[in-house]
Amino acid sequence: MNRVDGYGRIDRSRTLRFTFDGTVYTGHPGDTLASALLAHGVRVVGSSIKLGRPRGITAAWNDDATGLVQIEEPFPEPMLLASTVELTDGLVAGGVNGQGRLATVADTARYDRRHTHCDTLVVGAGPAGLLAARTAARRGERVVLVDDRREAGGSLAPTDRIDGRAAHRFVADVVAELAGYTDVLHLQRTTAFGHYDDGFVLALQRRTDHLGSDAPGHLSRQRVHRIRARRTVVAAGAHERPVAFADNDRPGIMLASAGREYLLRYGVLVGREVAVFTTDDAAYAAAADLAGAGARVTLFDARTTTPAHWTRACTDTGVTVRAGTVVTGTEAGPDGAVTAVRTGPAPGGDPAGGTTTPCDTLLVSGGWTPAAHLFSHIRGTLVFDDALGAFRPGGAVAGTEVIGAANGTLDLAGCLAEGAGAQAPSVAPEPERVPTLVTWWTPGDPARQFVDLARDATVADITRALDAGMRSVEHVKRYTTIGTAHDQGRTSGMIAAGITAELLGRSAGDLGTTTFRPPYVPVAFGALAGRERGDLFDPVRTTAVHPWHVAHGAVFEDVGQWKRPRYFPRPGEDMDTAVLRECAAARRDVAIMDGSTLGKIDVQGPDAGEFLDRVYTNMMSSLRVGRVRYGVMCGNDGMVGDDGTVLRLAEDHYLLTTTTGGAATVLGHLEDWLQTEWPHLRVHLTSVTEHWAVFPVVGPRSRELLRQVFPDLDASNDAFGFMSWQDTALDGVPVRLARISFSGELAYEVNVDSRYGLALWERLVAAGAHLGITPYGTETMHVLRAEKGFPIIGQDTDGTVTPHDLGMSWVVSAKKDDFVGKRSFARPENNDPQRKHLVGLLPTDAATRLPEGAQIVEFAADGTLPPPPVPMLGHITSSYLSAELDRPFALALVKGGRARIGEVVHVPHEGSLVAAEITGHVLVDPEGARRDG
Amino acid sequence: MQLIDCPWCGPREELEFHYGGQAHVSYPPDPQALTDEQWGHFVFFRDNPKGPFPERWVHGAGCRRWFNAVRDTRTHEFLAVYPIGAARPGVPGGDA
Ligand SMILES: [Zn+2]
Repeated sequence: MNRVDGYGRIDRSRTLRFTFDGTVYTGHPGDTLASALLAHGVRVVGSSIKLGRPRGITAAWNDDATGLVQIEEPFPEPMLLASTVELTDGLVAGGVNGQGRLATVADTARYDRRHTHCDTLVVGAGPAGLLAARTAARRGERVVLVDDRREAGGSLAPTDRIDGRAAHRFVADVVAELAGYTDVLHLQRTTAFGHYDDGFVLALQRRTDHLGSDAPGHLSRQRVHRIRARRTVVAAGAHERPVAFADNDRPGIMLASAGREYLLRYGVLVGREVAVFTTDDAAYAAAADLAGAGARVTLFDARTTTPAHWTRACTDTGVTVRAGTVVTGTEAGPDGAVTAVRTGPAPGGDPAGGTTTPCDTLLVSGGWTPAAHLFSHIRGTLVFDDALGAFRPGGAVAGTEVIGAANGTLDLAGCLAEGAGAQAPSVAPEPERVPTLVTWWTPGDPARQFVDLARDATVADITRALDAGMRSVEHVKRYTTIGTAHDQGRTSGMIAAGITAELLGRSAGDLGTTTFRPPYVPVAFGALAGRERGDLFDPVRTTAVHPWHVAHGAVFEDVGQWKRPRYFPRPGEDMDTAVLRECAAARRDVAIMDGSTLGKIDVQGPDAGEFLDRVYTNMMSSLRVGRVRYGVMCGNDGMVGDDGTVLRLAEDHYLLTTTTGGAATVLGHLEDWLQTEWPHLRVHLTSVTEHWAVFPVVGPRSRELLRQVFPDLDASNDAFGFMSWQDTALDGVPVRLARISFSGELAYEVNVDSRYGLALWERLVAAGAHLGITPYGTETMHVLRAEKGFPIIGQDTDGTVTPHDLGMSWVVSAKKDDFVGKRSFARPENNDPQRKHLVGLLPTDAATRLPEGAQIVEFAADGTLPPPPVPMLGHITSSYLSAELDRPFALALVKGGRARIGEVVHVPHEGSLVAAEITGHVLVDPEGARRDG
Repeated sequence: MQLIDCPWCGPREELEFHYGGQAHVSYPPDPQALTDEQWGHFVFFRDNPKGPFPERWVHGAGCRRWFNAVRDTRTHEFLAVYPIGAARPGVPGGDA
């Protein structure tokens, strides 16, 4: 065991058992999977994606580029970092070799989201962030403080002291003070992963992951906090960076700060024979602490001058310090883990520095890179800091401040001052620093110098990218894939940019850095989806009659968010059979459909008629009260946007219907004109789609049924003519009937308050039983209307089709001075005889159902298919089997189609060309003899 | 996600709004008097400046009112919002 007594913030009184790669191990509450594995001396956890080289744990948190594991229990999850997985009892995991594996069972955990608004959001509960939160809280602000670790305190060590007491005591005091403010929300285990405009930050809270299989089922596993902050303070710390040298990817090599953290946070001594390679001061503390815990430590400092205070602290604990020396390579044992380091003289260093030193662990520190991701997400400019050897925030972004190490401030006093200003607590002065010797890589074989361990990308790969002509870091990133793995280049990005700059002979600041984009850490899709999955993925709209449809076996289709019955199959029927039966019933007897999803807009006001005249192509002000008119709306371009019927209910009151899918768009279109161009018109628009249940009752026997159900009604053709409406009542409930036909048959639309929809439907169906009343769905509705050549807007049209193209010149008023779209009808383009017209298309074999969307091609004069490019005449927009015609038929948009009626064209279908004759678009009852029954 | 300052409701989430294209492109008083080219320009041609741009917006998931806004197309920042029918306000750094 590598566990050392007296160190760490784990609970040694309790033991947790877990399984890794089939072996059972133990750990303690407070451990991560990584710390528990290291405690057992497990150094190789997997193998790399491209080269299959052994991979270990290189860091103690989310900056680990290699320690990827596959979780099996409590729930399968691929590619998590061992260093961020909190250990739980019964955890089963394995190392990732190459790629992870998605779960094959559904995730039953809950995920949710919460919206929070605050004055100040602080990201990071290290010393700077804690004090920033405290300062804002003391001002009485609404504060949110998020931090991704288990507990607050950042990278403070137990030996650090703040305000005259142990740093952890000070942290506990601040946390307790924050807990006393009702307007402070302090969340640990919460990672701010995206920063967007106007103070919008997304943060992922891991609520129950650390509870393992004990997680209560009623709690969401993870929660996405959507935080809107007036002011955002980024105190996210800094990431230690490695240095590239030959074979720097071996297990047992990790960041110096990680080696120290495993000791101080988890009580794990990662090695007994430890080599440290550093270019700055911070690694000295790691060396001294590990030596103090019993390791034999040799420290190689690339700098010829070492920091006096820290050198003394190291030698006091038995650390051998060798200045002017760099690591140039490593050696490995049979398992691939490091067994020795090779060193050489640094530039200007000791020429005799070249030697080999045995070790079981190598700690590396190349300095610190500010975690400025959340600043960069909102286009904050990063500037290169020569002293840091890294990019840090430069310039200002309104509403955002970056403080502490994220701002490049690495000393504790500076961090506290940036968090609390004059209120900053006192700390002991820091020993004098020796500047970092910015070092991206050391001499050696570039093909073995790993820049991005997660991608197996080396210095040689960067050279190859430059040889291929890449010059920008963004291009090098994409060519080499450096920085594209789970860690998004947290540790590799800066050295990749530094090496690229040096190879190009440019300064790193001049070359620039890649842009950080959300998310800062991988976020599960489940967490982003939250509760909006399954039935809650999208709102489902159902009509008042829906339960009846379900009970009667309707097959539904989605139309927008509506569930509409597509057909009502009887036992043994497929869709074609059911639809042929439904169509026959509508044309021979009586059939009923639930048309409640039709969009309905109530238009009222003294100028309602004038307004409708402007937005419909035909005249609506001349419509008499009690009458109904079909209307088409176009855009300024003269293209058909929607259609429907208009009922004039009173002098100043109209009711419009729209297509089911177009209801919201049409209302928006009308509001746009009314508010922005004609605000002087006194008109009110109200959506009443849900208020009314609407049932077309269709067929030659529909009048008989209506007479039976509504005895007060005079249903004779003289009293109740086509395209008129009447009010009646049933048991005191008002019912509106309209003679509207979308099938060409005698038909009535029965309208009733939605609350009575189901009851009325059931009355109609029961009353029609002796007439053989047949419920039908949208498929039959489509066939019936297509047989009559009535277009479905959005199916037979696509935004490039005018009323004239549809054969509906009659719906375009010649009397009105103007209406939306009128001027466009006079453009030469709109009068081109080669425009595509809606026509009928009958496959000449009377057997083939042509697929909707199929292209229509023109043969050469000699009756053969011309060589490519084959002239395309148009495409099929609707295609069905017709019970009435006893054959398949189609509607199509065809160039100059009306002039081609009678011609035979061809449609490629399943490898052959099907001949089809162009016809007029009205195929059933072209003379309209059936509509009055 | 941006906040957009609806003149009637105050700042609301961007996803409550819809974009309506360039503002101050009025419907011609007599379209029939325009040449085909003039009408074509009205229907199809819009400016696409880099910088402050007057635009139409509607608070579709809120009060459903249209309004105009000057937005910087480089940064997406809203520089001003104002009612339909009002003149475009001058904005700091704008070329109005
Ligand atoms: Zn509003």
